[in-house]
Amino acid sequence: MISIENVSVGYGPHPVQSAVSAQIGEGEIFAIVGDSGSGKSTLLRAMIGLMPAQAGRILFDGVTLEERAGNGTPPFGVLFQNGALWTSMTTLENVMLPMDLHGHPPRAARPALARFKLALVGLGDAEDRYPASLSGGMRKRAALARALALEPSVLFLDEPSAGLDPLASRRLDELVLSLRDGLGITVVLVTHELESLYRIADRMIFLDGDAHRPVALGAPAELAESAESRKVREFLSRVTP
Amino acid sequence: MDALFKSEAGELVVAIPESGIDMAWLAQPLAELGLTTGGSFTKLRVESPATWRWSSFDAAFLARLLRQLEAPGHRIALEGLPRELEKLLALALGGTPAVAPEIARQPGLRERVGLGALSATDSVRAFLALLGEVVRLLPRFIAGRAKMRRAELVEVLAESSSRALAIVAVTNLLMGAILAFVGAVQLKTFGAGIYVANLVGIASARELTPILTAIVLAGRTGASFAARIATMQGNEEVDALTALRVSAVEFLVLPRVVALSLLMPLLYIYGCAFALLGGLAVAIPILDLSATAYAAQTQQAVNAAQFAIGGLKALVFGALVALIGCHYGLRAPRSAAGVGAATTSAVVISIVGIIALDAVFAVCANALKV
Repeated sequence: MISIENVSVGYGPHPVQSAVSAQIGEGEIFAIVGDSGSGKSTLLRAMIGLMPAQAGRILFDGVTLEERAGNGTPPFGVLFQNGALWTSMTTLENVMLPMDLHGHPPRAARPALARFKLALVGLGDAEDRYPASLSGGMRKRAALARALALEPSVLFLDEPSAGLDPLASRRLDELVLSLRDGLGITVVLVTHELESLYRIADRMIFLDGDAHRPVALGAPAELAESAESRKVREFLSRVTP
Repeated sequence: MDALFKSEAGELVVAIPESGIDMAWLAQPLAELGLTTGGSFTKLRVESPATWRWSSFDAAFLARLLRQLEAPGHRIALEGLPRELEKLLALALGGTPAVAPEIARQPGLRERVGLGALSATDSVRAFLALLGEVVRLLPRFIAGRAKMRRAELVEVLAESSSRALAIVAVTNLLMGAILAFVGAVQLKTFGAGIYVANLVGIASARELTPILTAIVLAGRTGASFAARIATMQGNEEVDALTALRVSAVEFLVLPRVVALSLLMPLLYIYGCAFALLGGLAVAIPILDLSATAYAAQTQQAVNAAQFAIGGLKALVFGALVALIGCHYGLRAPRSAAGVGAATTSAVVISIVGIIALDAVFAVCANALKV
C-alpha cells in the first residue's frame, strides 16, 4: 500500500538518510526507529509531503502525492509531535476544519461526524473546549480525532508518546491499536519509546544516524534477537547495556 | 603564594592552597600560573590540605588541566583525589577529545556582507513569490471559493478595525494639531494664517494620514500577524494545514491581506477626519479663525484627487503591512526567539517599506501631475 523506493532525505547537500526502502502493507503498524538526529521525523515529513525527498519515490497505492490531483484530499491523517491543534478553535472545530476545507462530507453531516471522531478517542465531552484547556494526553487524542476527520487509509504519528506520562502513553497506544483494528487503517509511527514499539508495532525500520542509512527492517522482537547491527540489538534490548 | 605546580620525575603535582582553587584561575592561562608543559607527564598528583572541601571550581580547574596534559591515547593517572571528584573528572573528560576541536571560523566582513546580501535576496524573492501567490488566489477569494475560515476573516477585521480606532484617532488628531501649530507660527508672521487649513488639509489627506495610520497598523496589526503565524509555525499548526494539502497562503495570508487592504482606506478617512479636527482645534484659538472659515478654506484646498491619492496609498500600505507581517511569520525559525525576531523584522521592514512606497507614489504623482 505504501512503497518507499530508495529514498534519500535531508537538509542541504548531504542526505541525513539515503537508500531507504520499505513496503508497508494495509492495516500494518510500521515504526520508524533510530537514534537521535537520525532523520526519523525528516523521513516522515517527506512521506507526508512537507518536504521533497532528495532521491527516490514514495508511493501511496502506486502513485506519488504529486501525481494525485492538485489540492485533493490527502490519503492520510497526521498526528504531529505536540498535537498541532489550531489554538483559536475548539476541539470540535479542529476536527471539522479538514472537512470544511475539503468540502466533504455534506455540511449537515459534519458536526455529527466530528462528534463521532471525538467520541472514538474518548473526548465526547470536550467538544467545546479550546486546546489550551486540555491536558497533554487529551490534546494528542483530539489531534488524533482530527487526523481521522477525512477517513484516511493511513495514519502518520510523529512521536505520539512524547511528553506523555507512561499511563497516558499506554492509553494512546491502546487507542491506536483499537483504531487500526476497528477502522482497518495503516499506521506509520516515529517513536523511540521501546515499550510502545513492542506493544503496537508489527514491523520497524531502524535508521542509523552514523551510517546515514537503514540498518534493519523487521519485527521488533525478531530484530532484538537477530539483527546484524549491534546498535539495533542494543537499542531493542530491554536491559541497558 | 606557594607554587601551584611542581614536577617530579614524570609526575605533575598540584598543590591546592588552603582556600581552594581561585575562581579567577579558570580564565587564566595555565602557563601564567606556573605550569611548564615541557615534560610528558604520566601522573597527576593532588596535594590538598586536610580541610579542603572541593567545589565545582576545583573540578573545572583540574578538568581543564587534564585536558591540556592528555594527548590522544595518552591518559594520565590520578592520585590524591577524593573518589567522587575522580568520578566527576572521568565524566567531564569522557566525551571530550584530548585535542580541542577547531573553533568554527568566524566569517570576515566581506563574507558577512555577502551572506547578508544573499539572505536579503532570498527574502525578497520569497516575498515576491508570496505576493504572486496572493494575487493568483485573489480571484478564488472574490468567487468565494478560497479555502479559509470566515471566522478567521472576521477576527482579523475586528483586530484591525475596532480595536485600532482609538490609537488611529489619537495619533492623527495630534499630528493635525502639531502641523497646525508649526504652520500657524510661521504663516502668522506673513499674515497668511488662514493657509494653515491648506497645510493641514493637503498634508494630512495626501501624505501624513496614510503613512501614520499604516505605521500604527504595522506596529499593531502587522506585528500581531507575524507573531501569530510564527507561533503557529513553532506549534506545527502550519504543517498541519500543509499536510491537509491546504495552502497556508490561502488559509492564513489571503484573509489578512484582504482584510487590511479593505480596512485601511476606511481607517484613512477616519484618520483624516481626526487630523483635520486637530488642525481646527489649534488654528481657532491661535489664529482667531472661525470654524466655518477654517472648514471653507480646507474644502477649497483639498480636492477629490488628494483624497484619491491618499486612499490609494492607504489601500496599498494596508496590503504591504499584512504581506510583510505574514511573510516574516511564515519564515520564522521554530523557536520563541524566532517569534520575537519575526515580529521585530515585520515592524521595521513595514515602516521602511511604507516610506519607500510613499516615495514611489510621490514620483508617480509628480509624473502624472496630480
